[in-house]
Amino acid sequence: MHYMTRAGAVRAVDGVTFSVERGQSLGLVGESGCGKSSIAISLLKILPDSARILSGSILLEGVDILPLSEDEMREYRWKRISMVFQAAMNSLDPVYRVGDQIIEALELHVGSAPSEAVERVRELYDLVGLNHSFIPRYPHEYSGGMKQRAIIAMALACEPAIIVADEPTTALDVIVQDRILREMRKVRDALDMSMIYISHDMAVIAEVSDVVGVMYAGRIVEFGETKDVFENPIHPYTRALMSAFPSVTGEKRELATLPGEPPNLLAPPSGCRFHPRCPYATEECRSQPPPTVRRGVHWADCWNPPEDQSP
Amino acid sequence: MTQAPDAPSRPLIHAISLTKRFPVSSGWFRRDRSFAHAVDGVSFQIQRGESFGLVGESGCGKTTTGKLLVRLVDPTEGKIVFDDGEDEPTDIASLSGRSLKSFRRKAQMIFQDPYESMNPRRTIFDTVAEPLKVQKIGGAIERVERVSEMLGMVGLTPPATFLFRYPHELSGGQRQRVAVARALVIEPIFIVADEPTSMLDVSIRTGIMRLMEDLAARLGISYLYITHDLAVARYMCSRIAVMYLGKIVEQGETEEILHNPKHPYTQALLSAVPIPDPSAARPPVKIEGGVSTPIDPPPRCRFYDRCPVADAFCRDSEHPPLEDKGGGRMVACYKA
Amino acid sequence: MSPQRTYSQTQPSLWKARLTLATRSLRQSWTLFLATRIGVIGLAIIAFYALLAAAHPILMMFVWEERVYDPVVGYAFEETRQPAPPSLKHPLGTDPLGRDVLSQLMFSARSEFMLGLLAALVTVSIGTIVGAVSAYFGGVVDAVLMRLADIMIMLPVISVLVVLSALIGVEHFELAIIIGIVSGFGATGVVLKSQALSVVVKPYVEAAKTAGGGHVHVIFVHVVPNLLPLSFLYMMFTVTGAIFSEAVLSFLGLLDVRMSWGLMIHVTESAGYLLQVTEYWWLIFPASLSITLLCSSFYLVGRSLDEVVNPRLRQL
Ligand SMILES: Nc1ncnc2c1ncn2[C@@H]1O[C@H](COP(=O)(O)OP(=O)(O)OP(=O)(O)O)[C@@H](O)[C@H]1O
Ligand SMILES: Nc1ncnc2c1ncn2[C@@H]1O[C@H](COP(=O)(O)OP(=O)(O)O)[C@@H](O)[C@H]1O
Ligand code: SF4
Ligand code: SF4
Ligand SMILES: [Mg+2]
Ligand SMILES: [Mg+2]
Repeated sequence: MHYMTRAGAVRAVDGVTFSVERGQSLGLVGESGCGKSSIAISLLKILPDSARILSGSILLEGVDILPLSEDEMREYRWKRISMVFQAAMNSLDPVYRVGDQIIEALELHVGSAPSEAVERVRELYDLVGLNHSFIPRYPHEYSGGMKQRAIIAMALACEPAIIVADEPTTALDVIVQDRILREMRKVRDALDMSMIYISHDMAVIAEVSDVVGVMYAGRIVEFGETKDVFENPIHPYTRALMSAFPSVTGEKRELATLPGEPPNLLAPPSGCRFHPRCPYATEECRSQPPPTVRRGVHWADCWNPPEDQSP
Repeated sequence: MTQAPDAPSRPLIHAISLTKRFPVSSGWFRRDRSFAHAVDGVSFQIQRGESFGLVGESGCGKTTTGKLLVRLVDPTEGKIVFDDGEDEPTDIASLSGRSLKSFRRKAQMIFQDPYESMNPRRTIFDTVAEPLKVQKIGGAIERVERVSEMLGMVGLTPPATFLFRYPHELSGGQRQRVAVARALVIEPIFIVADEPTSMLDVSIRTGIMRLMEDLAARLGISYLYITHDLAVARYMCSRIAVMYLGKIVEQGETEEILHNPKHPYTQALLSAVPIPDPSAARPPVKIEGGVSTPIDPPPRCRFYDRCPVADAFCRDSEHPPLEDKGGGRMVACYKA
Repeated sequence: MSPQRTYSQTQPSLWKARLTLATRSLRQSWTLFLATRIGVIGLAIIAFYALLAAAHPILMMFVWEERVYDPVVGYAFEETRQPAPPSLKHPLGTDPLGRDVLSQLMFSARSEFMLGLLAALVTVSIGTIVGAVSAYFGGVVDAVLMRLADIMIMLPVISVLVVLSALIGVEHFELAIIIGIVSGFGATGVVLKSQALSVVVKPYVEAAKTAGGGHVHVIFVHVVPNLLPLSFLYMMFTVTGAIFSEAVLSFLGLLDVRMSWGLMIHVTESAGYLLQVTEYWWLIFPASLSITLLCSSFYLVGRSLDEVVNPRLRQL
């Protein structure tokens, strides 16, 4: 997916392939500007005017949704796939009661009768751990974390098969974040739903996802089961990200600094896109795209992967 | 940490029962005015060369405390004794005119949002040179020299290529470096750093943290380091104070607090931090909801509404005093 | 890098660098402005009238006989009947008093420009300062300035002008100053204040205070420059407003101006030709079209400037 701008095409998502099983959570992690949100909006086909999906396919339960028209797509959105945006809590309309907004969404998308819808909202509030007394209240009476949970309730309203969550807790405090992460995991298990969870926080990803994709400059550079990726990271970028993270309780180690800046996606670096910042870069990294190293389902694109340390 | 032999008894900053209440008008009638108790009777000391951390959830009064220390906000009550060892110790709140201006040469602040803390219409040179200009330090030529040197010091090299750029042409990390350069250019001895890395990416974050640590060691600067991230506080601060609704609830050596939190709030805060290890199971967090409102809170323990171990005594008593529970650890809880 | 070398590298270019930056940002804005189209149309109309205004004294000096073509006291002796329809000698005909309409139109264009720009300049200087000061200090200063604004907004300008023109006589210059003061302390000031309110809470303002910057420094270095794009926009709108008010006021005969587009229509009206527009079109049409065109041209330029300075309105 590219953004067409005055300065040229921004290659925000560039040849990304992944799949998510039913009931599975995929975590996408990477620095800001690496294309995480762009993937999310592509999956729902809610692209701004400047964005174009140039090639590829998105299979949702076996159906390629890319060629679908806007009308056909509307059938899928909400019902089969729904989304919680980055800073979505600001997307609630301040002049309507939160409950009414969810009921409206329900009537619009599933055509449920008003009485049914009210009942459903109660269930949804239970599901995300909100008190029923808040249903008839206005958004400003909710705290940030509660708004975010209401948004999640709305996204769940039509029992979608998959939910895309783009940094749903980034603006929130740790205690609230913890609560929301727990609710989301609970809901996922209760509804046997798939989830794509986007975050820049490795620790959050470690907690919510079954499989992880590490993104860099519009590409997934490493992918695998969460445990494998965290315990035996292959790609130097993944390793750099992990050692840059300070830990609260573990031993206090030196923090690694990743030199340089995320690349400019108008003109991404040649060869391996990470080479200008990679401590292991060699001549071929600069000129040739790196090969894929596979260790079971776990893979990464790198010329100089470390020795396999898994037992 | 550099400390003069005679220093221990004379902290650089000594805040005594610092209080700030903001009037919030409720309703149309001026009479029933309420107050947001943003900072409520907070006392602490910052030693020379020390980096003192202030942690807590958003809205608990960290930024307000920081602004009080650099006189961006006037305290409602309390004193802040500033003792740089050169002049007589003075109460920051009593400064005005010339004495305030000379205090401003010694204390600076770094703001949270690198995208908002620079005037979009001014070049990097103008931004960094501003303190020199308003303090009338040096001529035009010296200022260019000084600014270039500063930019080099914060890792924006070669400085000449950055001088005449605008903030929007820099990345978040570069901007925060410029903000550090601006704070350092008049060689202050004390800096309030308000979540300087919370808006930055992890990979850039460590760079800024390193830079600030390094400069503190080289130039002997003391920090009040504000953060909501305990992990960051751990790397930056030797001592921390945990704030909740305008009160300090626990204070002590960082490592000790992290390994043995005594206040129920600190315990909850710690258990809520996600662990970057998929096989580690985190114990459930015992408290619910968000920070309650600081508007006219009841006199009892501020944490009472969310406290998992609160009892009738807590309900009927005043807010517990911050007491020494041994080894320099201060805790404000009846049950700790 | 040693300080000495930095100095030698940057110092000679200090002012050059600033100049380059200024031209670069101007060029960027210009490109954006050109892309808006409506702005270009507006600018073309403005240029057309500026040309007319500039050409008038030249024509009077070298081509037109003063006795005949003077916009106020001239008389078309060769015409037998006044008002005379357009002819080769008088491309837009003559008015009921035998004066050349084209000459009147061109002569007035200059005063319309002067009036509009002066009014805009006064409005925006006052409005920007009032907005910035009011937002920055708040409290009593704000309360006083805003009450003053309320009075200005509610002021019955027309009645005041009637009284003033009876007392002192209001010409273009006085009118420009009055419009400037009323709108600067009134509506424009209020709008700019609401913009300034979002500037004064920016961390860079706090950073400037922490550095030791005084009120004057903060207001003029940080607040005012960030209001300028909006001020400039309001400047364009004020030009429109001023030209229009002048037209209305002279049509009502309330101004002591020697000649203006509004007055041209006023003369037509008082001579009783207003209802015979189709027959005597040259009496009404050129003046009213000019008022409409020039007013809308400044408005169009204002709108496209809005797009230039306001990235949210930019179409990618
Ligand atoms: N509307 C747009 N027009 C042009 N470029 C865009 C647009 N939206 C995003 N981009 C660019 O696309 C790239 C990827 O952006 P995206 O928002 O997907 O990043 P992200 O990984 O979600 O980052 P964050 O962690 O900050 O949310 C960036 O280089 C960004 O500048
Ligand atoms: N200028 C102000 N007017 C009214 N209330 C304020 C003002 N500044 C801060 N507050 C309130 O004081 C409390 C503490 O705020 P702040 O110091 O910014 O918290 P933190 O930095 O810990 O997030 C909050 O409830 C906030 O709403
Ligand atoms: S391919 Fe080369 S540059 Fe890229 S990550 Fe691997 S070692 Fe580094
Ligand atoms: S004093 Fe009581 S309510 Fe307050 S933190 Fe301690 S136990 Fe909880
Ligand atoms: Mg994003
Ligand atoms: Mg804050």
